[in-house]
Amino acid sequence: MAETVAIERHRRGNRWTHWINGPVLLVMIWSGLRIYWADLRDPFGVGIGAWHWFDLFPTWFNETFDLERRLARGLAFHLTFGWIFVLNGLAFGVYLIRTGGWRNFVPTAADLRTIPAVLAHDLGLRKEAPPQGKYNGVQQLSYAAVIVMGFLAALSGFAIYKPTQLSFLTAAFGGYEAARFVHFWVTIGFVLFIVVHLLQVFRAGAANLWTMVTGYELLTVEADATDEIEKTDQTDDAHEKVTT
Amino acid sequence: MTGGHRQPADQRERTISQDDYDNLSRRSFLVSGLALAGGVIAWRGIQNRPEIDRIPDVLRGGHSVNERIWRGLHREGAVAPTFDYAESSVLRVNGRHGLDDPLDLNTWELQVFGRNGELLGTHGVDDLRALPQTEMTVEHKCIEGWSHIVTWGGVVFRDFVDRLHPQEADAPYVGMSTPDGVYQVGLERDAMMHSQTMLTLDLQREPLDEEHGAPVRLTTPLKYGTKQIKRIGTITFSDTRPEGDYWAERGYDWFSGL
Repeated sequence: MAETVAIERHRRGNRWTHWINGPVLLVMIWSGLRIYWADLRDPFGVGIGAWHWFDLFPTWFNETFDLERRLARGLAFHLTFGWIFVLNGLAFGVYLIRTGGWRNFVPTAADLRTIPAVLAHDLGLRKEAPPQGKYNGVQQLSYAAVIVMGFLAALSGFAIYKPTQLSFLTAAFGGYEAARFVHFWVTIGFVLFIVVHLLQVFRAGAANLWTMVTGYELLTVEADATDEIEKTDQTDDAHEKVTT
Repeated sequence: MTGGHRQPADQRERTISQDDYDNLSRRSFLVSGLALAGGVIAWRGIQNRPEIDRIPDVLRGGHSVNERIWRGLHREGAVAPTFDYAESSVLRVNGRHGLDDPLDLNTWELQVFGRNGELLGTHGVDDLRALPQTEMTVEHKCIEGWSHIVTWGGVVFRDFVDRLHPQEADAPYVGMSTPDGVYQVGLERDAMMHSQTMLTLDLQREPLDEEHGAPVRLTTPLKYGTKQIKRIGTITFSDTRPEGDYWAERGYDWFSGL
């Protein structure tokens, strides 16, 4: 005897901070690039020491996409929206601590062992996805990393913003130039995360995306087995209902 | 669910019926649609707001809030790190605003005006050289992002005020201008009276050249280079924020505090 119910996957605090963070982070990256481009030497091109591999934003890139510099505007957006990013991040932190949700992002040894299998599955080299909890090992590491990156972005941002008043913070990053280096590469990390994240969301489908909006996922359960919830097949009626 | 997994608090599953879910889903559709529309309208709204000194007024508001926060948090004892002279070198020239007229050291003088608008005195380079001299190797920061370790020499502004104009030591603001009036800056007292803010005469132990602001410029690691005016012609103490600030009028934050 099967019954369709909806089960909570993402709590309200998680969903609101996630959907606020997305656009705010995009504004921060967009305005941050305007600040970066103010100094057209492209100071963080890729290379080690004197060996310069390539410019991240060579002149042709800016010319092709007709990018305007407008440093003053970039600063105004960055330093205003930065507070939204910080306050939203703090709210997410409070949520993670109060609900214990942070544990979702900490992989166990068992989770870590499944990482090669998860990657093989995601790359289409393996049919079966390994068993997992709320998140698989790769997701746990990615999400944990992106939370740490959020911290680093905010802290290195303050270190660059107030290098005299907060000189202890700037010193903790190894100085002003080092703080800028961290801030820049964390941003590149965010961009890579966003690309992979969007790709995976696209692959997971609309029902999965909608779960991040409603917080609930429709499932079919055995009526007399409330503690043993079986995930239904992707082609199940319940899923059809959500996606259409 | 696989066995042996911990069950964090937010994973203790709450379930609702399919009917409740359908209601929730409809509500979510409405709320997310409204939130999306609100976000797009707010974003476009910011871009189309009337501008104050070439920045949308709401972003000027952002600058004002930030200024209030950081002026409130100002720590007088907080100093920028200093470096060895050997690490420093001549920095690049990044602006010539207000330096168009040829510099004539015979006629140049530094005029100082008090809060009442009266001329308090004029000083020549020799007058400044006669005051206690301080050398400081600090990281100069440009608002464009680059920085450069440089050694400045000259008179700490606080010493200048204490020796020559002590009656203005509590003036809340100081305005400065090039002799031709083209380049102007305004700074608050906390920055001006800080121990690292100087009327600078020397760069790398040589008198400033014209491009770097001869005969005297302002240097301070509490502000970006945009505030570190070259070839100072007038200094005006005031009770209110000074009129005129070259880069603040061109879209930048007036405070620009580091």
